[in-house]
Amino acid sequence: MKKLLLSSIIVIIGFTFIGRLSYLQLFRFSPDQILDDPAIKKIYDYPERGYIYDRDGKLMVGNQPAYDVMVIPREVKPLDTLEFCQLLGIDKLEFLSKMENARNYSPRLPSVLVPQLSKEDYAKLQEKMRHFVGFYIQKRSLRYYNTHGAANVLGYISEVNEGDLLNNPYYVAGELKGRTGIEKQYEEILRGRKGVKHIQKDRFNRDIGPYKDGKLDTLPKQGKEIHITLDKELQEYGEKLMHGKRGGIVAIEPKTGEILAMISGPTYDPALLVGRERSKNYSKLHYDTISKPTWDRSILAQPSPGSPFKTLNALIALQEGVIDPSTKFRCYHGFYVGNTLRGCHCGGGVRDLNSGIYQSCNAYFAGVFRKIYDKYGTTDEGMDVWDKHMKSFGLGDYLGTDLPTGAPGRIPDKEYYDKWYGDGRWAASTIISNSIGQGEVAATPLQLANMTAAIANRGYFYTPHVIKSVGNSGAIDPKFTTPHYTTIDRKYFEPVIQGMADVYNYGTARWLKIPGIDIAGKTGTVENYIRVDGERMQLTDHSVFVAFAPVENPQIALAVYIENGYFGARYAGHIASLLIEKYINGEITRKDLETRMLEKTLEHEYAKPYSGEPFKINEREW
Amino acid sequence: MSGKGPFGRIDWITVILYALLVFIGWTNIYSTSLTDQGTSIFDFSTLYGKQLFFIGLAFLGIIFVLFVESSFFERFASIFYVVSIVLLLGLFVFGKKIAGATSWYDLGFFNFQPSELAKVTTALALAKFLSDIQTDIRNRRHQLYALTIILLPALLILPQPDPGSSLIYFSLFFVLFREGFPLYYLGILLVIVVLFATTLMFGTVWVVIGLVTLALLVYTFKKASLKIPVLPVIGAIVVSTLFSLSVNFVFEHVFEQRHRDRFVLWLSLEKDEKKLEEIRKTIGYNTYQSEKAIESGGFFGKGFLEGTRTKGDFVPEQHSDYIFSSVGEEWGFLGTTTVIILFSIFFLRLIFIAERQKSDFSRMYGYGVISLLVFHYFINIGMVIGLLPTIGVPLPFFSYGGSGLIFFSMLLFIFLKLDSNRLKDGI
Repeated sequence: MKKLLLSSIIVIIGFTFIGRLSYLQLFRFSPDQILDDPAIKKIYDYPERGYIYDRDGKLMVGNQPAYDVMVIPREVKPLDTLEFCQLLGIDKLEFLSKMENARNYSPRLPSVLVPQLSKEDYAKLQEKMRHFVGFYIQKRSLRYYNTHGAANVLGYISEVNEGDLLNNPYYVAGELKGRTGIEKQYEEILRGRKGVKHIQKDRFNRDIGPYKDGKLDTLPKQGKEIHITLDKELQEYGEKLMHGKRGGIVAIEPKTGEILAMISGPTYDPALLVGRERSKNYSKLHYDTISKPTWDRSILAQPSPGSPFKTLNALIALQEGVIDPSTKFRCYHGFYVGNTLRGCHCGGGVRDLNSGIYQSCNAYFAGVFRKIYDKYGTTDEGMDVWDKHMKSFGLGDYLGTDLPTGAPGRIPDKEYYDKWYGDGRWAASTIISNSIGQGEVAATPLQLANMTAAIANRGYFYTPHVIKSVGNSGAIDPKFTTPHYTTIDRKYFEPVIQGMADVYNYGTARWLKIPGIDIAGKTGTVENYIRVDGERMQLTDHSVFVAFAPVENPQIALAVYIENGYFGARYAGHIASLLIEKYINGEITRKDLETRMLEKTLEHEYAKPYSGEPFKINEREW
Repeated sequence: MSGKGPFGRIDWITVILYALLVFIGWTNIYSTSLTDQGTSIFDFSTLYGKQLFFIGLAFLGIIFVLFVESSFFERFASIFYVVSIVLLLGLFVFGKKIAGATSWYDLGFFNFQPSELAKVTTALALAKFLSDIQTDIRNRRHQLYALTIILLPALLILPQPDPGSSLIYFSLFFVLFREGFPLYYLGILLVIVVLFATTLMFGTVWVVIGLVTLALLVYTFKKASLKIPVLPVIGAIVVSTLFSLSVNFVFEHVFEQRHRDRFVLWLSLEKDEKKLEEIRKTIGYNTYQSEKAIESGGFFGKGFLEGTRTKGDFVPEQHSDYIFSSVGEEWGFLGTTTVIILFSIFFLRLIFIAERQKSDFSRMYGYGVISLLVFHYFINIGMVIGLLPTIGVPLPFFSYGGSGLIFFSMLLFIFLKLDSNRLKDGI
């Protein structure tokens, strides 16, 4: 026993070692791990990111070179820190802490020391660079914006984060990726595909040639340019008009569903999110929680649509055969729900379809709404029919545009009210506010514009989109070229459109007529409330306007929504009118109107609820 | 001296195995330390050049050993031992600090590490003491003397600090076991290690539950005729429980964080997979890199001087303690198993030689040599392939280092010299 002890221990150790080694070298070994081998260097060849042009081929987004100062800590030789810091424009403490970070990340791998130098700084630095051993300059490509607008549509790119790296093996730390807007939606088209070269390093960290003769290498694939449907000039002009105002504007070409302009106010210059100041600027924008410049009101705001909604109720009633254009309702400067009088500003009297629309008579549409429900035995049935018609206009659900964000809006259905009031405990009169676009209905400016386009087309729409063509092939997703038909027959649109045209002829927007252009529109004035410190307060009405022009052969349909802009014809109506003139005629003849819109701001309205003092709303003076 | 001269009856099989191991070791040192300036293998500014020089010195040492009268080592064993103890003590005054440990004398051209010398002299002294006609291994007092001979240098080396080398001396217990030292001491040692590990892994409560269950099982299934007294068993459980409790205390309050980290890594004590992985890559960086390097070698290895991780200096201390990872990367599974088989045959050959000695001194010294070498080999490779916690001991004949190579060689060749004289002893 005692003679065998040591021998058996030696044999046992030998077997244990060989067992462990077979686990490591035979079981855990995989030929692929060569790709994670720190001694195989991968060199990426980045293709240029695709340019973005507007619908007329005007450049909106291009690229510009930027220069990162890189460091490989273990190769750094003693240097004149003071001079170097001066050239880089950082102080010594910052320099030392950045060097420390780089060393902690890896002494042998390059780290970014100072990102994105401007061309001027680069020129100064480049001459002296040879004095600073261990540092080098890495050229990168940044976005260059040939416009100060459309930030919300174009989106921005930024460095990939850990989540991206985890979710998509394509990306490598330090690469850029589309974060919002078109940059995100069409990331793969714009980005192209980087080329990879595998370089075998020898023991002295020198390149000794391609690994496996380049069998695993790939060539870069160019990013494609894309053309978007925005009209650069219209977009920029709209943003100018939005100066000092909050709200959203969407303009669509009805016969294609192409989005001509998509404006959110307040907005920001897309160039702010490029370059060295990027993160500082981003924080500033992101943490502005009151005016929310990064929140795209044109597709995310979901206010009640207000009176433009009346046109749809009229269409539904015509389709259901419960009214004809001559059906009349009397307005008592309002209408009764039970014994309560609900107000109306139309001036009172007997209204038919035409004057009901152009005078925006609440009583008329309350009557119309009741008739739709009265046709059916139960409110539930009536609700289902009404819902079906409404939703055929692209309301109450995501539209499916090619932008990465969006909001569904809301078209309430019977389940919604059953939950709210209880089954069988509500009727058409309970939900009568929906007849005039108040109450539970909600829609984004995009949905309103799309609805207007459907009216302009007399019964169909294309899913609104911003992509016009990709690269040379031009082909875009077929879902954007397939018409969606509403449930309303073509013939019922004419009387409603006539009413909308008369809004300009005799109605609420008669001051906003454009000489030589027939417009059909509808004003909206939306009551709204907010909570500040737990206190519910009513604010000045939102100003809403939808319009399309020309009435025959429409080229543009748009929705303008201005927060606290008071009645529809005021801010929203003015802006809509100017945009239509700009788009169709190319220039503005009504200079006084234009000047007024460019100069007037609503900052005083927005300051009211936060002033801490009592304030008036819906002031006559403006 | 026998008629055939100093090389006459030397065991050539061992010598060839020894030369093979030294040669393989050196090629790997060459591979890990080749720099772009290096031109000649005799360039003494490089590690492989220096190691070549050390191999030359070791050769001179071997020649010296072989020419000396073999009774010389036995006769002067006690004096050598005393000298090496004095040298170890002298370190407290004259020692040179390298990498945080005061283990060296600076001899100008060469840093001399007395703890390596002490391994040889302790093995000699132990053999000398045990083989003395008056020594009885079953005598408690003599057991105590033997323990003192082993533990004195270990205690002196511990505060350098060099716990790795200190631990090595415990291997000499195998000499005692071979000579009739009761085996249950080994049993107790094993139980202590198991209790220590299981307490850290599962906690005291589960350890106690396990022990009680074990005891009950033994009583339930034992042969009726077998009488096991109850009291000692209960006593053993109580003692084990107390030990288990003290493990927690020692772990939390006596160990430093770096010690704790090693056990956390070794026993995978951290339950959070992500954190454990993090610890592996930071605190366990050396082992992580060495495992990765070995793993990447696969079956055939990447080839001599082709190890990408070896070349990139990814494994720290690869020329010394982690030399085996270079074998793993460049020579693959074929290389590592070859080295392990070589070592195993080498050790078994030495045991065979030890057992054929007629002189007690030679056999005991032989066992000392084998125990020391096996222990180094076990701890070093165990650490490099991630089976054992990080303990810094060199791989005999492989690792870079002059003192190590020279004294391992002398350790071995003194034994071979004694062996070559075995026939004379018998007369």
